[in-house]
Amino acid sequence: MSASPTTSGVSAVNPKRPDVPATPASPRSRRGRSRLREASVPWAFAAPAIIFFVAFMVLPIIYALWLSFRGYRVEGGGAFGRRVETFIGVDNYVAALTDAEFLAGLGRVLAYGAIAIPSVLGLALLFALLLDTPRVRLQGFARTAIFVPYAIPGVIASLLWGFLYLPSTSPANFLVRQLGAGPLDFFSPPVLFFSLANIALWSGVGFNMIIIYTSLRAVPTEIYEAARIDGASELQIALRIKVPLVTPALVLTGLFSVIGTLQLYSEPATLRPMTTTISSTWVPLMKIYQEAFMNDNLGGAAAASVLLAAAILIFSLVLLRFFQRKTFGAAS
Amino acid sequence: MTTTAPVIPPASAAPVRRGDRQPRNRPTRTGQRRPRLALFILLLGAAYCLIPVIWVVVASSKSPRELFTSFSFAPGTGLFDNLTSLSQYGGGQFWQWGLNSLLYAGVGAVASTLVSAMAGYALAKFRFRGRELLFSAILAGVLVPGIVLAVPQYLLLAGVGLAGTYWSVLLPVIINPFGIFLCRVFAAAAVPDDTIEAARLDGAREVRIFGSIALPMMTQGLVTVFLLQFVGIWNNFLLPFIMLSDQDKYPMTLGLYTFLSKGAGDSDLYPLVITGSAVSVIPLIILVLALQRFWRADLLAGGLKG
Repeated sequence: MSASPTTSGVSAVNPKRPDVPATPASPRSRRGRSRLREASVPWAFAAPAIIFFVAFMVLPIIYALWLSFRGYRVEGGGAFGRRVETFIGVDNYVAALTDAEFLAGLGRVLAYGAIAIPSVLGLALLFALLLDTPRVRLQGFARTAIFVPYAIPGVIASLLWGFLYLPSTSPANFLVRQLGAGPLDFFSPPVLFFSLANIALWSGVGFNMIIIYTSLRAVPTEIYEAARIDGASELQIALRIKVPLVTPALVLTGLFSVIGTLQLYSEPATLRPMTTTISSTWVPLMKIYQEAFMNDNLGGAAAASVLLAAAILIFSLVLLRFFQRKTFGAAS
Repeated sequence: MTTTAPVIPPASAAPVRRGDRQPRNRPTRTGQRRPRLALFILLLGAAYCLIPVIWVVVASSKSPRELFTSFSFAPGTGLFDNLTSLSQYGGGQFWQWGLNSLLYAGVGAVASTLVSAMAGYALAKFRFRGRELLFSAILAGVLVPGIVLAVPQYLLLAGVGLAGTYWSVLLPVIINPFGIFLCRVFAAAAVPDDTIEAARLDGAREVRIFGSIALPMMTQGLVTVFLLQFVGIWNNFLLPFIMLSDQDKYPMTLGLYTFLSKGAGDSDLYPLVITGSAVSVIPLIILVLALQRFWRADLLAGGLKG
């Protein structure tokens, strides 16, 4: 609230009108400290965050943007041409958007996300509702057990599931072999997408469940009691009352899921040594990594990063807008 | 998975765990059966989440031969050998990776939580010019995918000669926009303005007000921010993957990943990877379960309502 026209940075401290009572959040000095010092206090507290924010988020973004317009051009022509790093306009973007492998990677991530996000959110919501259903036994155990995979890093989760998929170590294949059938193949598309989505589901369902469950617990019970007296079943209560009430939590978890999905990297990278079906550029980030560090094409990698970030931003905003309309549109 | 069903004790045995929200001693209305289907689905979910962990612990006890021949969930005889060869690998590199992970996640999460707490406190408890702008910028930072930043971060750190050092993995994780956002929500809710004002009247300095009054009041929220960031850093893969080249500086995740990459086509390393995964997973599960009660998920859930 910098509405006050004082020259001081701290608007609540109004030396011209000391009789005006300070607003709740305003530090009002009675010890005659200088206005400059007053104004600098919040900035001093925020300074470390601002420094790190600028150094490790703002600068890298600006640098990536700058890089994304730069590249190598051959100067001089003929056999004597030299490769010179220079400004090349939107060439990198054009290259990325017309790069079949990058687009295919984006498509794979979208296919994976179309499986993973609804199943993570759907199952998290289902488990949260079941945990919130009265008279169900062993809820504490189930809640803890389902939350356990949250503690396990994505790389290690992928290792675990990789071994559970790998024909020579898979328990499922062990059973199939005992029955005399051929090995199950978890690694060839389209099954591969489900295998990867399963890792995301396993890793993510507990965390999302806890967030949804906690927001369910915050709802006063009287609402349900009234519905029960009116003869509503637990299923009706869950669908008609609880689900709409936890929509903000669903939006939050959905947002994180979208951001996480498009950054898919460690799962396919970890499974790669186990199968030939995952190429070295299978997802956009693998392609970006390869361009930056193997092909020495920093401009191309930067442009692809910018595009990926833009895609994540657009998806996030679309999701927010969609849910905002759904949640608050009906009320207004 | 129907094998889980017979484990259920008789219907009257267990108390209702969530009794705190339902009136406890009210005479049961007619038709109040225990929802068996709900219990069944929850146990199915629990089994789904636990089985891979159980598998890796069991598999870590198997000798290389048993791994590929015996039934998946039958314990083997090679646990001690596996642990020995894991410890000896690369001159004790495995334990070095564990220490590195602890260093990155521990130091990084403490620093990150402190920085977030200070910024959140400033944003919640002071009104100053540029506050809204600062807050908007940080909110936008929540949406910026951290991993997309990794390549430019590497180039910038390489420019100042820090790439490949411990700092290159520690410094970028200190900024946590979502943590700042949570700290702001929590400072606004947990630290009363009157308390701050009273302390000021008593002549306390701002740093002291923050350190001895505001911080303790925010503890619960800070534990949540710390845990989130700790797990986040511990799980982080791409940042150390891009930043580090010296294997002795690797965190656990990256170390096990290189294990597996080397083991491709060489299944002799599989038991080591499996044992390493089991050993690295157990302390983290214990940590998260132990700190679970401090976990303020309502903070996360409530965050978006504002």
